[in-house]
Amino acid sequence: MKFKDTYIGSILSATGSLLTGMKVTLKEFFTRKVTEQYPENRKELKISERHRAMLTMPHDKDGNNRCIACGLCQQACPNGTITITTRTVTDEESGKSKKVLDSYIYDLGACMFCQLCVNACPKNAIEFSNDFENAVFDRNKLIIKLNR
Amino acid sequence: MFDFTNITTTIDSYLQSVLPHSLATLVECALIALCVIVAYLVFAIIMIYMERKVCAAFQCRLGPTRVGKWGLLQVFADVFKMLIKEIIEIKNSDKALYNLAPFLVIMSSMITFSCLPFDKGLQVLDFNIGVFFIMAASSFGILGILLGGWSSNNKFSMIGAMRSGGQMISYELSMGLSLLALVVLSGSMQISDIVETQTQGWFIFRGHIPAFIAFIIYLIAGNAETNRAPFDLPEAESELTSGFHTEYSGMGFGFFYVAEFMNLFIIAGIASTIFLGGWAPLYIPGLDRFNEVMAYIPGFVWFLGKTFFIIWLLMWIRWTFPRLRIDQVLVLEWKYLVPIGLLNLLIMTICVVMGWTF
Repeated sequence: MKFKDTYIGSILSATGSLLTGMKVTLKEFFTRKVTEQYPENRKELKISERHRAMLTMPHDKDGNNRCIACGLCQQACPNGTITITTRTVTDEESGKSKKVLDSYIYDLGACMFCQLCVNACPKNAIEFSNDFENAVFDRNKLIIKLNR
Repeated sequence: MFDFTNITTTIDSYLQSVLPHSLATLVECALIALCVIVAYLVFAIIMIYMERKVCAAFQCRLGPTRVGKWGLLQVFADVFKMLIKEIIEIKNSDKALYNLAPFLVIMSSMITFSCLPFDKGLQVLDFNIGVFFIMAASSFGILGILLGGWSSNNKFSMIGAMRSGGQMISYELSMGLSLLALVVLSGSMQISDIVETQTQGWFIFRGHIPAFIAFIIYLIAGNAETNRAPFDLPEAESELTSGFHTEYSGMGFGFFYVAEFMNLFIIAGIASTIFLGGWAPLYIPGLDRFNEVMAYIPGFVWFLGKTFFIIWLLMWIRWTFPRLRIDQVLVLEWKYLVPIGLLNLLIMTICVVMGWTF
């Protein structure tokens, strides 16, 4: 029989483990609190970079995006949130025809922020931003055209 | 140390001079009752606010911040919410007992509350079997819980009340044993005597090891007496919705809630009275200058400081440990606390007889 299983040993080991638990909560008592007092601290509010609030398509200075209209994100989306319309452009010099993006429609109201579209994109053309104040009174306002 | 009996005797002699004896006594009783109820409510409000804030801090939150500055009006909002709730009548419940139960609980805790010595002479009930009286008065609150559970015609309430009965009656024993060890040390059961002796050093230091063990046992048993986690089996919300007060609404529930918090205050108050010297300031033999400085701090500050420290300790325990099972609760009591308590009582007696205390 181990000492831990005896009467005295069980009291001692129980006391030890209880004190370990109390040490953990005591540390927690004095750490900085994680609560964000949201509407008041709007200016200094810090949100984790990984937070997924809204799908965006970054554009460079000239207004070009990296989207190649491959439609992988549309296929990856479980909710049918993304609708891509394309048109075919024929390059005059080489004579090759190429698919380009016409409109990238994103329905924020149906999005469940799973990030499958971002993961599916081969060109990193879309990403999630931190703009989480998206409440509107009309559901139609949630249907957003991402490309310019 | 300022003696509050001066004030009370002045009031008494004034009343006796302007009123006939019986009427004066009646007026004094009414005044004291008013004081006790007001103090009870004030401390209940402080306790509920403290519970919310301390709980939040242990969970790395801020707690109430919206209602009033720093959430100070949160408790009043809670009470107001409770007051506007409908008082429901349960079908086939025992109406008389159902309505009586909350009052029994709150009455027992009020009687115990009036035994606490807030300062020298600032104590309502003080007679030669004080500790004994506290034990007796605090243990009839269980009657209210049993009646409330039984009369509300609900199996969850019934199970909660039965568990509460088993638990509280068991833990009364080790609580009594630990208090008894200190009664052996002090040689008196009168609360004012016990505190008076401790102006020459608190009992937890004078009784060293056995007093410390008694203190730990008292804290565990006291926590179980107040039905708080990790001993909150009588209400165990995940198993019994909320146990014995499931069927109560409005202020019926409010009374149980307030009584639970005030029982915590009372347990802490008794612990600080018996173990940490009540209103007696910190006394270290030999350091006369230090003791003089300490004696300048008023007695009720000492008492409330110690009491709130112990309340904080109990809250720390409450927000750290998960709930025990009913068999574990009873094993802890009957296999561990009672034998250790008995042994501790023996050690304390030997120490006192041999003069091994300070």
